[in-house]
Formats: sequence, C-alpha cells, structure tokens
Amino acid sequence: MLSFLLRRAISSVIVIFCVISITFVLARITKGGPFDKEKEPPPHIKEALLTRYKLNGSVWDQYTAYVGSLLRFDLGLSTRYRDWRVSELLRQKMPNSFALGGLAFVIASCAGVFLGSLAAMRKDTWIDRTAMFGALLSISIPSFVSGPFLIAIFALWLGWLPVGGWGTLSQMILPALCLAAPYIAYVARLMRNSLLDVMKSDFLRTARAKGLTETQAVARHAVKVAILPVITFLGPLAAHLLTGSMIVESVFNISGAGMIFVNSIQNRDVFLLGGAVIVYCVLLVLFNLFVDVIYTLLDKRIRLYA
Amino acid sequence: MPDAATPARIARPDGWQILKRNRAALIALGFLAALSLIAIVVPMLLPAALKLTSDASFVPPSSGHLLGTDVNGQDMLYRLLSGARVSLGVGLVGALISLVIGTLYGMISGYAGGRVDALMMRTVEVLQSVPRILFIMILIAALDDYLVDWLDGWRLTAQERNWTRFAEAMNDLKAYSKVLVMIVSLGLVEWLTMARIVRGQVLVLREMTFVTASQAMGQGSWGILRRHLLPNLSTIILTYLTLTIPAVILDESFLSFLGLGIEDPASSWGSLLKDGAQVINPLESKWWLLVFPALLMSASLLALNFLGDGLRDAFDPTSGE
Repeated sequence: MLSFLLRRAISSVIVIFCVISITFVLARITKGGPFDKEKEPPPHIKEALLTRYKLNGSVWDQYTAYVGSLLRFDLGLSTRYRDWRVSELLRQKMPNSFALGGLAFVIASCAGVFLGSLAAMRKDTWIDRTAMFGALLSISIPSFVSGPFLIAIFALWLGWLPVGGWGTLSQMILPALCLAAPYIAYVARLMRNSLLDVMKSDFLRTARAKGLTETQAVARHAVKVAILPVITFLGPLAAHLLTGSMIVESVFNISGAGMIFVNSIQNRDVFLLGGAVIVYCVLLVLFNLFVDVIYTLLDKRIRLYA
Repeated sequence: MPDAATPARIARPDGWQILKRNRAALIALGFLAALSLIAIVVPMLLPAALKLTSDASFVPPSSGHLLGTDVNGQDMLYRLLSGARVSLGVGLVGALISLVIGTLYGMISGYAGGRVDALMMRTVEVLQSVPRILFIMILIAALDDYLVDWLDGWRLTAQERNWTRFAEAMNDLKAYSKVLVMIVSLGLVEWLTMARIVRGQVLVLREMTFVTASQAMGQGSWGILRRHLLPNLSTIILTYLTLTIPAVILDESFLSFLGLGIEDPASSWGSLLKDGAQVINPLESKWWLLVFPALLMSASLLALNFLGDGLRDAFDPTSGE
C-alpha cells in the first residue's frame, strides 16, 4: 500500500508538471501579452512591468522562472488584478465553487445511483424506459438552456425557490441541480448497466435461492459490486464539479472559480490561469487516488499496484 | 457467418439488423436527415428581405415571421436554420478531425504495443486531466492571431502577383478564421475517447489468426493496419463518431454562449441562445428567442445521442448485454 501511494504520488507530480508546462507555454506563445489590453503603456513602463512579473526574455526563461517559483509553493501575482496574489484570489473564489460543486456532486451521485438501480431492477418496464429517456434528455440539454428553464419553472412560476442570489442553501439548489443534471444521467446509465451485469452473476442466484426477495438480494449483495465502475467515474467528476462551471456560474451570476478560467484567458493573466489549472489537476489526482483506495476497501480481491 | 476466406468480423454480424429493429434510433436518423436537408435548402428559398436587418425588432411569432424576429429585426427562422448549418457543420467537421487523429493514434498505439503503447496511453491520460473547455479556449486564443497573420501574408503575396481572386478569397477567409480555429481546436481536444476505444479494439484484433496469417505472408504493418484492421474497426469508429458529434456541438455552443465562439453576423445555436438570454426578463418575456433555439438544439442532440446509443448497442461488443 505504501509503495503504491509513493509511486502514484510520483506519477501524479509528473502529470501535474506536464499539464502546467503545456498551459504555460500555450498561454505565453499566444499573441497579446498581459499588459497589451488596456491603454498601451509607454515602452519603458511595460518593460518594467514585464520584468517585475518575470515575463520578459525567452519563453524558456519565463518558464523556468515560473517553475522555480512554483517549487517554492509560490503561485505568483495576478497580472490583471494588480497587488493580488494568485493564492489570495483563488482562496476568495474557490469556496463558492466548492459549495456549489459539492452540492451538485451529492445530488448527481445519490440521484444517479438511485435512478440507475431502480431502472435496472425494473428493466424493460415503463419505469426503466422513462428513466433512460430522461437520462438521454438531460445529457442532450446544455446547462445554459436548463438553467433559465429551471428558474422559470421553480422560481418564477411555482415560487418555491429564490430567483437568484448566493449564500443560503435554498439559493444554491437551482444552480446545483442545473450543474448536476447531465451527471445524474451519466451516473444512472453507468449504474444501470453495471447492475444488470451483476444481477446475472452466480452469487446473486445463490442469494435469491436462499430466499431473499429481489430487492433484498440487490440491496445487500449486488449494489456493493455494481457500484465499483460508478466510483471510478465519480473521482474525476468530483474534481470537475468542485473547480466550478463557467456556464452555470455565468447563468446564475455566481462569482466562482469557473469565471477565473474564462477571465484569466481573456486577460492573458498567465499566473492566475496557471494557479487555477494547478488546483484542478491536484484535485483530479487526489480524487483518483481516493477512488483507488476506496476500491480496495470495497473489493478485497483487488491488490493495489502501479 | 462471414466467408472463411475474408478476415473475420469481430462485431456481431447481425449489427445492422439490431439497428433496424431499434425504432428510436431510426426515428432519430430520419429527424437528422430531414433537419440537415431543411437547414441546407430552406435558407436559400426564403425571401431575401427576411435575411436582412429591419426596424421590426422583437416581433412575436406571426404569419410574416413564423418564429418572430430578434433585436435587429432579423427573422428568427432564417437565423435558426443558418445556425443549424453552422452548429451541425462544426460538429461534423470537428468530429471528423477527432476521428482521424483518434483512429490513427489508437491504431498505432494498440498495434505497436509494449513501451510505445504505454507511453502513448500515458500521454492520453495526461491530456485527459486537462480541463477540456479550458484547453479549447487557450488553443483558440493561441492560434487565432497566427492564422489571421498567415492568411494576411498570403493575401499580400497574392496582391503582389495580381492573383485577385485568390486575394479576395484570403480576405473572405479571414472573417472565418476564428471558426476555423475553433473547429480545429475542438477536433484536437475531442479525440481522446476515440483513441482509447480504437486501441482497445486493436489489442483484441491483432491477436486474431488472420493478422498472424498476414504477418506470416510478409505483409507490412501499415498494410495490415489499413487492409485488415481498419475494415474491422469501421463500425465502432462510426459509432463513436456519432457520439462525438453531439459532444462537439455542445462544446461549440458553450463557447459561443460565453462569447468566445461564433460571432455576429454568423449564428449558431449557442450564439442565438446567448442573444436570447441577454434580453430575457420576467416583465416582458421574449420567449421565442430562447424557446426555439433551445428546442431545436436539444432535439438534435437527443437524436444524435439516440442514434449513437443505437449504433453502440448494435456494434460495440464491449458495451452492455
């Protein structure tokens, strides 16, 4: 277990390093520097700014300087929001995205597993067909379409939930639902197929033969095995949801990490972009590791190796 | 059963029959065919006056404008259908680019095996941990200016040599540079799934006796890949092509919705929805600006997904039952 963790840690660092390098180089070879957008500053001031942010010289020099500061756990300064450190900006915006993404993750995984199991146990009935049609439908509707329609139905027409705002749980439900909708569908489809496979297996026949009802047999024995592929999917999903969604945040006007991604690219804010990408990658790597560990706890036959 | 002399087919031989019995997939196919035809033909038949901007902005659906008009007084039916052209076109071309890259990559990786395979698949894993939309946005930002410069360079060269037609063409293309870059970027980002699926299939196929036989007969690797593996991969490639198209369309609409993709005067479903969302307010609802693009886009994506699922049930031996 320990050697597995160690090896995974090393390969994770390599992955993060590669992603950062790609992002940084692409962002720097893009035309238009971070200080070109506003009124063009006089050359000597621009030069001084570039020197201050270590963005002059060749791309290679800039890159090594950036990696050097990263190794000292320094994410650098934002070039757009002067005098703000990238870490401060992230700390300010991330909690909103964490809250929204966390709630969406809980909704997606719980509703998805429940609907998927239900569809599998009632295979080829109207319940199954409705659930699977609904799943395909919610995969096909982009969140910037479902968002306004959810607001129109639940906030304007039924009046159950507030139209906008941010902070209370009731204000978070609609954006979280909107963010979760397609992933409920992915999880439900995965769960249904996986459970259908497991329901054909021998140990479930034994469970039925010893007198358990179908529901008992599935709930006690099958779900534990069938959920494994779903958990593999949930790891990356968690990282994806927690780092914020540009679309949902812009539809519901939430100031979160998704907007950091969009704005930092448009403003050529290299270091802020790099910081946001690092947070995303670290979360992704951590959740994947977490998934592997959970796997061994759920399925004793699996031995970790890397 | 297939003839013993031809390479064995791995996909179940009754795949097309399974598909023919899938009514939902057939309806989806019909819908998509009809939509593509309408999107290509109808905008040409509409009266020219409808296509221009006019003073009649925000007219609700009526006999003059079947789907109403937008802020500039342009007919929504026209904009919706030309948007369908753009969205479907971007989806198809982007998916085709990803198909070529993904298939080549997957075939080489799976057939080479060993260290090459391990390295290539590690690369895919790294690329998969890059947030996709973000990567597309960075690519568009990075490549757009270079393409404009490149086209400009050709335009100047052409002007010097008096190739007027060519210079005009380059000038026209400049207006579309962002769309071109976007299509290429989408294709460059969406090939990862295709590569993994194709590689998985090649790993199975290369152990088959007909491959061993071809190797024994002295056929080179490229010949085996092209003549024996590619035909066996065709149905699975078609399946994942159908599933990649809606993904590309969705990405394009996200970008256009954020204002980073298709811009006026061109329209796509995403840019129409962005325009619609900007003027929505509870007091005076201009519902036709949102409802029609939303309906058409969702219906098209639904149809593509239905068709893709149907193809996958019919041809992917690794999926489902």
